[in-house]
Amino acid sequence: MAKIEAEITNKKVGIFRKNKVVIEKLNTILIGSIIPILLITVWELLSRIGVFPSYQLPAPTTILNTIYEMGLDGTLWSHIGVTTYRVFAGFLIGTGIAVVLGSFIGFYQRAERLFDPLIQAFRSIPSLAWVPLFILWMGIGEPSKITMIAVGVFFPVYLNIVSGIHGVDRKLIEVGKMYGLSTFQLIRRIILPASLPSFLVGLRSGLGLGWMFVVAAELMGASQGLGFLLTFGQNMSQPDVILASIILFALIGKLTDWLLKLLEQRSLQWQDRIQD
Amino acid sequence: MVIKITRTTIASMARSHSGLESGEKMTLVLNKVSRSFDGVAAVKDVHLKVEKGEIVGLLGTSGCGKSTLLRTISGLDTGYDGVIEINEKTSKQVNEETGFIFQEPRLLPWLNVLENVMFGLEGKRAEKLDKANHILQSVGLAGKENLYPKELSGGMAQRVAIARSLVTSPEILLLDEPFSALDAFTKMQLQDFLLDVWKKYHTTMILVTHDIDEALYLCDRVVILRGQPGEIVEELKVEEARPRNRGSEQLAQLKSDILTALDLNKQSVY
Ligand SMILES: Nc1ncnc2c1ncn2[C@@H]1O[C@H](COP(=O)(O)OP(=O)(O)O)[C@@H](O)[C@H]1O
Ligand SMILES: [Mg+2]
Repeated sequence: MAKIEAEITNKKVGIFRKNKVVIEKLNTILIGSIIPILLITVWELLSRIGVFPSYQLPAPTTILNTIYEMGLDGTLWSHIGVTTYRVFAGFLIGTGIAVVLGSFIGFYQRAERLFDPLIQAFRSIPSLAWVPLFILWMGIGEPSKITMIAVGVFFPVYLNIVSGIHGVDRKLIEVGKMYGLSTFQLIRRIILPASLPSFLVGLRSGLGLGWMFVVAAELMGASQGLGFLLTFGQNMSQPDVILASIILFALIGKLTDWLLKLLEQRSLQWQDRIQD
Repeated sequence: MVIKITRTTIASMARSHSGLESGEKMTLVLNKVSRSFDGVAAVKDVHLKVEKGEIVGLLGTSGCGKSTLLRTISGLDTGYDGVIEINEKTSKQVNEETGFIFQEPRLLPWLNVLENVMFGLEGKRAEKLDKANHILQSVGLAGKENLYPKELSGGMAQRVAIARSLVTSPEILLLDEPFSALDAFTKMQLQDFLLDVWKKYHTTMILVTHDIDEALYLCDRVVILRGQPGEIVEELKVEEARPRNRGSEQLAQLKSDILTALDLNKQSVY
């Protein structure tokens, strides 16, 4: 009886704690949004009374309206769709190559001595410098854009995989050896899970770079996409389109990063680190 | 190097050899095992014979090569000279008859307690679960199966580590200062648990420790390593029947013998 009661109080305490956590979270969100809301209101007011000329800095409501209208006539979705497609294609290709090369070089020290200097040399070239060459080789179409994004994604993912594999605790590997695991089993049962956190960090920064590179790729010449909206707004002197595009980039970029973060939290529950 | 051989040494050597004469099969034999790192010897010319079911303590000050010796026995370290035989077969790799309990728990942080214990098991999942649950019960961790290593205290983590190495029922258990990081109470509990295990399975154990009381409480025989490179300087038999009284006079006498043996360290001329 007493046990059951204790359990019930435990549960109550648990719920209470959860509520507390939720309230605290809401609090931080509230506090964090005071200044942005203030700024946007001031911006709106100043735009309305004509302090900011609308051909240079349109009011927030105008920008929202632009997005809304693009949404109505359907162009918004095709722009978002095209850009997202490019990022994901580049992200997948870049990640795929990074995984293959990174694991190979991480596991085999001889391969590292063979390949790593070359990769480090390539890394010191700012990736955007490749653009003219890619355009020359592949034209202005999709392949050159996706290749660029893939190059951007590749390096953070690759570097994190290699350092993740190198950073696996030798002591844990010994545990595996004590149970007579083969090299393949060691990789699957110890090295891969142990280097997963580092890999996921690489994925997130790779995705961030992917979004950066898609802007560059689309600025270079595109007939569709959020980056195209940037040049379009510039050429047509429509700052609301530019700002709308910027906002959309921010939102979608944040959304995809949040998805990866969710994946990270799901798969790394075991990690012993300070809870945020 | 001068080594004084005390009366106890001679007596104990004679006694340990008598085990051989009776025709008992040796579970573990080290013949002139030496190990150097980059030309610097860490242990030198170690001869050791361990009978089945014996608990042998390797005692010595820090840095005298106890861990190094244990790793050569385990097969984790194969860069030694000399011969190691397990069950009368030369063994120079990880042997499935040996289990290792490290100084740190070394649990895999992405596996929960149950999965960690099952890590070294092979076969059907139901059987593995059965064995793991059984052993977790006996180390007093029933109900903690789903916790992750980050949620365990040091003592609990080490229990899981012990469970993990016992669940495969190794014939020889190698322990490298397994309790040195634990508080005194947990330490005593786990020492008693180890004796329970021994009572049940007669597991041969090689226990590395720098804790004289621990060695005297657990071991049938205490081997004292000394110097750099580490060499065996003494062997003592602990005849007292188990369960031993931690404060008994006999043990106190042996302890003072061991202290004398370790004191030789200062008197010997390099
Ligand atoms: N992997 C290694 N590389 C180089 N030297 C080592 C290595 N392992 C141990 N040693 C050296 O061997 C000696 C004995 O070490 P160790 O066996 O760990 O001592 P103990 O366990 O008795 O404290 C020490 O001097 C140590 O520096
Ligand atoms: Mg040691």
